[in-house]
Amino acid sequence: MDIITLSRLQFAVATYFHFLFVPLTLGLSILVAIMETRFVRTRDEEYRRMAKFWGKLFVINFALGVVTGITLEFQFGTNWSRYSKYVGDIFGSLLAIEATVAFFLESTFIGVWIFGWKRLTPRAHAVCIWLVAAASNISAYWILVANSWMQHPVGYVIRNARAELADFWAVVTQSYAVFMFLHTIFGAYILSGFFVMGVSAYHILRGRNVAFFKKSFAMAVTFAAIFSLAELVIGDLHGKEMMKAQPLKAAATEAVWETTTGAPMYLFTIPDEANERNSVEFLGIPKLLSWVALGDSNGVFRGIKEWPKDERPPVALTFWSFRIMVGLGLFFAVVSVIAWFKRNRIEENPGLLRLLMYSIPLPYIAAELGWTVTEMGRQPWIVYGIMKTTDAASRLAGSQVGISLAAFILLYTVLGIVCFSLVYKYARTGPEPISAAAE
Amino acid sequence: METIWFVLWGVLWAVYFMLDGFDLGLGTIAPFIARNDTDRRVVYNSMGPFWDGNEVWLITAGGVTFAAFPTTYAVMFSALYTPLLLLLFALILRAVALEFRSKDERPGWRTVWDLCHFIGSFVPALLLGVAFANIFRGIPIDGEGMFHGNLLTLLNPYGLLGGVLFVLLFVVHGALWLAIKAEGPLSEKGGALAGGLWWALLIVAVAFLVATWFATPLYNNYLTYPALLLIPLVTVGALLVTRLFIGQGAWWKAWFASSLTIVGATLFGVAGLYPDLLPSSLDPAFSLTIFNSSSSPLTLKIMLGVALTFVPIVIAYQIWAYFVFRHKVTPEDLASDEAY
Repeated sequence: MDIITLSRLQFAVATYFHFLFVPLTLGLSILVAIMETRFVRTRDEEYRRMAKFWGKLFVINFALGVVTGITLEFQFGTNWSRYSKYVGDIFGSLLAIEATVAFFLESTFIGVWIFGWKRLTPRAHAVCIWLVAAASNISAYWILVANSWMQHPVGYVIRNARAELADFWAVVTQSYAVFMFLHTIFGAYILSGFFVMGVSAYHILRGRNVAFFKKSFAMAVTFAAIFSLAELVIGDLHGKEMMKAQPLKAAATEAVWETTTGAPMYLFTIPDEANERNSVEFLGIPKLLSWVALGDSNGVFRGIKEWPKDERPPVALTFWSFRIMVGLGLFFAVVSVIAWFKRNRIEENPGLLRLLMYSIPLPYIAAELGWTVTEMGRQPWIVYGIMKTTDAASRLAGSQVGISLAAFILLYTVLGIVCFSLVYKYARTGPEPISAAAE
Repeated sequence: METIWFVLWGVLWAVYFMLDGFDLGLGTIAPFIARNDTDRRVVYNSMGPFWDGNEVWLITAGGVTFAAFPTTYAVMFSALYTPLLLLLFALILRAVALEFRSKDERPGWRTVWDLCHFIGSFVPALLLGVAFANIFRGIPIDGEGMFHGNLLTLLNPYGLLGGVLFVLLFVVHGALWLAIKAEGPLSEKGGALAGGLWWALLIVAVAFLVATWFATPLYNNYLTYPALLLIPLVTVGALLVTRLFIGQGAWWKAWFASSLTIVGATLFGVAGLYPDLLPSSLDPAFSLTIFNSSSSPLTLKIMLGVALTFVPIVIAYQIWAYFVFRHKVTPEDLASDEAY
């Protein structure tokens, strides 16, 4: 394999793995903060037990999120040095701001929170977890601003043989970044809601700590229902934004080869990439695609064939990732709304509980597929329209990257297994008995 | 503006070494000093609330290199590919060891994480020293920023001496931290170890200062601007004062003196480096300086605004966090459900 492929694989491994941990951090921190706030307000011990139990799962998950994030930051320099040199003026400063503004806050207060149960007043302790929650979400904003700039570069000039910052405000507030941020954090909140619902369902089904887990469930289902509905709106807006900024990516997500006026949306499609057509197109709804993507049912949807072959992303991968993600998103909305209406008598619905328990992995899959669409759909560009991925990698020996890639896969596999088995163990064990938590 | 960023860059590294230095040093000596599970738990809990926040200084130092001097970031990180990835793997092991060790009581489980924690502490200390000594000395990069060497190029005598110096600086620092945070015999053990290792540190530090004369051009800046000699003088003074306080059993004072030693040692190297960031050992014309590798004036200006606003805030809340957990690690702390 050549050095570009190896470096891309390594980055993919690092990113996919990192994003197994990030969403739960983003969402569960907020849920734990709400639980602890309720404890401070009501002094009801049950809420403190909840904050402690879910907080423990949060902390196990958090550790891996942090360390795998460091790898990502450093990989831009180690493996993508030509990229770093070319865009560091803009991209580097966004990462540095993220560390200074958010990551410090998050990492300092998570330590205070974990060890501070007895050292701080309940109110100050609750403030700590809110700071962690806020910081991790602010952190996400800066990272997604940086990624958005790779998708839709704005506010720059090409000067001194590199991209230099021209308008900081334009970079930080571009609507692509805002929608991508909302889309990502809402996805993270859905994932966290489904995680808490799924674990609660496990215990309710077994009749253990039912009151405790019904309370957790009710909070989580509200959270999940709100954000999975909101995600339908934001996902649509983000898609329209993509349509404007990256029409080719949009065409690939729907596997539209020919430019079409009033493009229909097919419920079943199987793209045939080699022959530049779809082998199956079934159940088309006339004009729906143009209406969804362009806001005009007679709008012109540009097909993939308008772009030269060497500038196209892998269509089938982008298409399937997008389709499955959207399908899962609809599933989350339907299931969480049904569960919300039944939340007060949820123990009487074992089928639904079982479905929710087995649904825990689904938002993870949706999130990873979302990143696949984002990153693969941008190819062959690393910075859309400015720099190709093939021009971005460091000039390293293939053996160096080969060995480090193998080491990453090995280390991450082991750590992933250890982490998820710990989460599984603590999730199954359930909360501390009442007496122990109250002391 | 480039010079301001160069100073900030040096300070970020210095603060990182000062803070995470005690974690890395303590992790390195832990297997030799903490003989049973309770002692080991005291070690882990003594850094429990802090290590994560400390490590962010490294991320920020890396991020600022990327933001302020992108060309240096690109060349340095790709030239030092293998040591940097080893550093990353080691830091991952350390973080996971700290977080996961306490989550299961089986001795075998804990032994594995103890080993990971040792590797994850010792290897970064050594590699950071080797890397910085090589930066002071210059590495074989050409005009394209292409690295002509391998890991063994970096493991030259001067580089290794730098590695040993960092390890010793950190283990003394870490032993002092244990003396502060532990109670009774373990605290005394930490203090005694700091006292003993201090002599090794003194010898290596002197050797390093002498070797620096022969192996690097660092002293040129000091000959041109004699006022800079204040930095090494304060550093050596702080090193001597550290021993004085160790003798008195004044652990906090000794730890602060040791902190000053680490900060001074870092700034000594950085000040000698100016205006280079990554000197080339092939031809000085290929060296990356703050002028030929910096970001645009606009980026530097915006970043300076961000840094001057937020870094003082960060320092304030980190000091507060240290203040909240200033007490010794007690058996009651170890009994708590959240303790490592």
